[in-house]
Amino acid sequence: MAYSDKVIDHYNNPRNVGSLDKAKPTVGTGVVGAPECGDVMKLQIQVEGDRIVDAKFKTFGCGSAIASSSLATEWIKGRTIDEALGIRNTQIVEELSLPPVKIHCSVLAEDAIKAAIADYKAKQAEPVSAPEASKS
Amino acid sequence: MKLPLYFDYQATTPLDPRVLEAMLPYFTEEFGNAASRSHPFGWRAEEAVEHARAQIASLIGANPKEIVFTSGATESINLAIKGVADMYGEKGRHIVTSLIEHKAVLDTCKHLEKQGFEVTYLEPTTTGRVTAEAVEKALRPDTILVSVMWANNEVGTLNPIREIGALCHARGVLFLTDATQAVGKIPVDVEADHVDLLCLSGHKLYGPKGVGALYVRRKNPRVRLTAQMDGGGHERGMRSGTLNVPGIVGLGRACEIAREEREQDYRHTSALRDHFERRVLAEVGHVKLNGDPEQRLPNNSNLSFAFVEGESLIMGIKDLAVSSGSACTSASLEPSHVLRAMGVGEDMAHSSIRFGFGRFTTREQVDFAVDQLAAAVKRLRELSPLYEMAQEGIDLSTVKWQSAH
Repeated sequence: MAYSDKVIDHYNNPRNVGSLDKAKPTVGTGVVGAPECGDVMKLQIQVEGDRIVDAKFKTFGCGSAIASSSLATEWIKGRTIDEALGIRNTQIVEELSLPPVKIHCSVLAEDAIKAAIADYKAKQAEPVSAPEASKS
Repeated sequence: MKLPLYFDYQATTPLDPRVLEAMLPYFTEEFGNAASRSHPFGWRAEEAVEHARAQIASLIGANPKEIVFTSGATESINLAIKGVADMYGEKGRHIVTSLIEHKAVLDTCKHLEKQGFEVTYLEPTTTGRVTAEAVEKALRPDTILVSVMWANNEVGTLNPIREIGALCHARGVLFLTDATQAVGKIPVDVEADHVDLLCLSGHKLYGPKGVGALYVRRKNPRVRLTAQMDGGGHERGMRSGTLNVPGIVGLGRACEIAREEREQDYRHTSALRDHFERRVLAEVGHVKLNGDPEQRLPNNSNLSFAFVEGESLIMGIKDLAVSSGSACTSASLEPSHVLRAMGVGEDMAHSSIRFGFGRFTTREQVDFAVDQLAAAVKRLRELSPLYEMAQEGIDLSTVKWQSAH
């Protein structure tokens, strides 16, 4: 697979790898994909006010899946929730020059951002206690 | 050490320098057409072809007259299966094969299904073996052909060819084996193994690409084939087309070397493979061997690295040329049909890498490979949410995944 230099750079030096404390009410966690499909992305955000102050990811997947999620964390850090929700997979495709067969990796990254924000919003709506299984 | 290192000997092998040396004159001064009967250019080319035919026959225990030259294993397979179907289609229209065959067999069978043939695709065991019992159960009165590969190209598992061959002979059914990966690596004897048709390829045994052969039994039983290409009636009418003399000379020499050095190659590659696996299993956790631990090729190691996706691992071992059962490395996005047929979970299929060792692999190269592999797996596991979950004690099979496709 001939990848762009940007994909290779994200693969070799992934940004924001790691985990945030998913039990915290200010942390939203999104896990999307499935092992059977060959990609699982976990993307986490830490929110202060309406701004994403930190983002972390871990990805099981091909080089473009790793690059897409790494790029996603880079892009959402420092943005407001609404700005992050405005990120489209096509922007990721363009930035990383993903080949057509890898477009689903960018879709997954967009889904991961949305899932993390949805999880954060759910926690805010119901601040009593975090649900036991916070995987979905 | 010159990088990258080659560990994909199942895909193709480098030409042995001795093979190249044998071929060279046939590109230049000995350029004759082997079918030219009227002058020495043709006679000498024909002589070289017949010498190669004998070298190939000798490696597999055949008579030289039973060897038909082709452009490679895919053509041999097409000629064998379609040739039998056309010739014996009146007698019966049922074919037995297995789910782990190469696409050349599977797609040829699919083609025949469209023409009204019925094909039974046998399931392998979890270690990738097609048993004689499974073949026996599938045989019907109208079965005309059984096609089971000798050694699988992905997991290296060896099938019980002698048993299946004996069964087919007892039942009067023709037996074809795609021996592309087996010839030159393990003993092959078409008589003792009851094989009627056998396919082999030059570039899998240190010969040139673009040349292969089909063994067609002449006695007990005499196998007849309908030619699939019309033309000058070369190769006893079974395969028209001017013979690729330099290629054939190369294939012959490669087979001769394989006959002389097979046992040495076996010891060399199996020792390297075992050393590789011992180190990988000791230094990288959560590794699973795909295939049969005993009944397999000496030079093949197909491993799944849990929690790591195959394509990203291949990117991580950038100095090693290997191939993966992962969907992401193929154009089709389908994970390996072989691993799937064996019941390997799709997650482990996505994590599989095939390593191949050959005549020119060194222990130093293998040690380099293990070092780079272990480092890449470690790094990718640190990046893997699945590894993190497993470390937290979560059973991944119980997780409800959100999947877009």
